[in-house]
Amino acid sequence: MRKKIYASLDSAVADIRDGARIMFGGFGGAGFPNNLIQALAQKGTRDITAISNNCGTRDGELGLLFKNGQIRHVIAAFPGPHAHYFLQQFAERKVTLELVPQGILCERMRAAAAGLCGFYTTVGVGTEVAAGKEERVIEGKRCILEMPIHADYAFIKADTADELGNLTYRLAARNFNPIMAMAATTTIVEVEEIVPVGSIKPENVVTPALFVHRIVQAKGIRYV
Amino acid sequence: MSDKPRLTREQIAQRAAMELPNGAYVNLGWGIPNLIADYLPENKEVYFHSENGILGMGRRARPGEEDYDLVDAMKVPVTLMPGASFFHQADAHLMTRGGHLDVAVLGGFQVSEKGDLANWKIPAAKGPGGIGGAMDIAAGAKRLIVCMEHTTKEGAPKVVRQCTYPLTGLACVDTIVTDLAVIDVKPEGLMLREIAPGWDIEELQKLTGAPLISVGRASEIKFV
Repeated sequence: MRKKIYASLDSAVADIRDGARIMFGGFGGAGFPNNLIQALAQKGTRDITAISNNCGTRDGELGLLFKNGQIRHVIAAFPGPHAHYFLQQFAERKVTLELVPQGILCERMRAAAAGLCGFYTTVGVGTEVAAGKEERVIEGKRCILEMPIHADYAFIKADTADELGNLTYRLAARNFNPIMAMAATTTIVEVEEIVPVGSIKPENVVTPALFVHRIVQAKGIRYV
Repeated sequence: MSDKPRLTREQIAQRAAMELPNGAYVNLGWGIPNLIADYLPENKEVYFHSENGILGMGRRARPGEEDYDLVDAMKVPVTLMPGASFFHQADAHLMTRGGHLDVAVLGGFQVSEKGDLANWKIPAAKGPGGIGGAMDIAAGAKRLIVCMEHTTKEGAPKVVRQCTYPLTGLACVDTIVTDLAVIDVKPEGLMLREIAPGWDIEELQKLTGAPLISVGRASEIKFV
C-alpha cells in the first residue's frame, strides 16, 4: 500500500515552494481545508496562485494567506463581502484577480482533470468575462472558448478517508472539493477521521483513492 | 417621483412565488428572490436548488438546529426536505447551466428591453465585484425571472433600453417582477402584464426606460 498518511499538517505541506499554484476547496464556510491553510501560513510559502470560489472570511479561510501577503494571483468566482484582506491587497495592487463564473470555474478545473484542452460555452458571452477570448457560433449560439485550469496542489477537506485515500464528504461541505481533488497534480486532504481500508462501502466513495496523495487527520475549523 | 404606494420587497417576493409551477425545481438568487421561499402558497410544493450542491433545500434552520456543513449559498444554515440530495459544485452548475431547472429567480440592477441582465457589479462600487453563479444561471435557465425595484434609490429606471452596468447575460430574462409591475420580455418588446394598485400606464411608463407594450388595460397585481 502506498504511504499516504502524514503524521502532521506541517509535514503534508513541507515541500510547497514559492510560486506554487494551489486549489482550495470550500464554499459558504463549509468544506474549507482550514488546518492545511494554517500550516501553509506557518510555512510561509509566497507568490502563490490561489484557485478558490472566494477570497476568505476576515482572518479565516484564505483571509490568513492574504493577510500575510502570501498570495500574488487569485482565480475566483466570488471574492465575497468579508474578504477584507483580499480587498485591501487588491486595492493596493499587491494581488491580481481573474474573476470566473462559478460553474465555468468548475468546468475549467474538470477539463484539466479530464485531459481536455478547453471547451466552448455560452456563459459570459457579451460580458467582461468574454474579453480576449475566442468566440464562435455553435448550433446557432454565440460561444466563447474557456481553457483548463491546472494546479500543482489541491488542498481539500473531506469527512472520512480510508488508508488508501477513498473519501466521503459531509452534507454540503462537498462543494468544490471532489473537483479540485481530480484536477491537481498533488492532492492533500484533511479529514475528521481516517478509517481502515474496507470501512467505507465502495458505493459511498465520492472521491476514489487514486486522486488523493496525502492524508492528514485534523479536527475541522470553521469560520462562521 | 410619484409617492404613490409601491409593493414592498416581501410583496414582490410573494408575487414572484405565484409564477412558480407546482413541482418545479427552482434556484433562488440573492436579495428579493431569497425571500420567495417564505411566500409559497400552501398548496404549492417546489424543490429548491442551492448552487453549493443541494437539491430539496428546506426552510432556514431554527436556533439550536444549525449545522454549518448544511448552509445555502448565502452561508445561512438551512434544513432538508424529504428526498433531498447532495452533489458537487460542477453538477450543481450543470443543473443551472444545462437547463435542468424549471425556473431561476435572480435579483437585478438593470434589465434591458431585449432581456439583457446586469446584476453583479455596480460601476461606481469599490472592489472587483463578484460573479458567483449568476452568469451560469442566466445562460442556462429554462425560465429566468428577475425581481427588483422598478427604479434606483435616486429614481432612475432599472428597466432600460440598454444596460449601462456590467452585463451578466444577453437576452436571458423572461419576466420582470418589480414593485410596480409584472412585465414579460417578448421578441416584440416589454409586455406589461400587471400594474401596481393605484398606478396607471402613463405614470409607469415615465419610470421605465424602454417602451411598454400594453394590450388593453393591464390588470392590477394580485397575490392570489
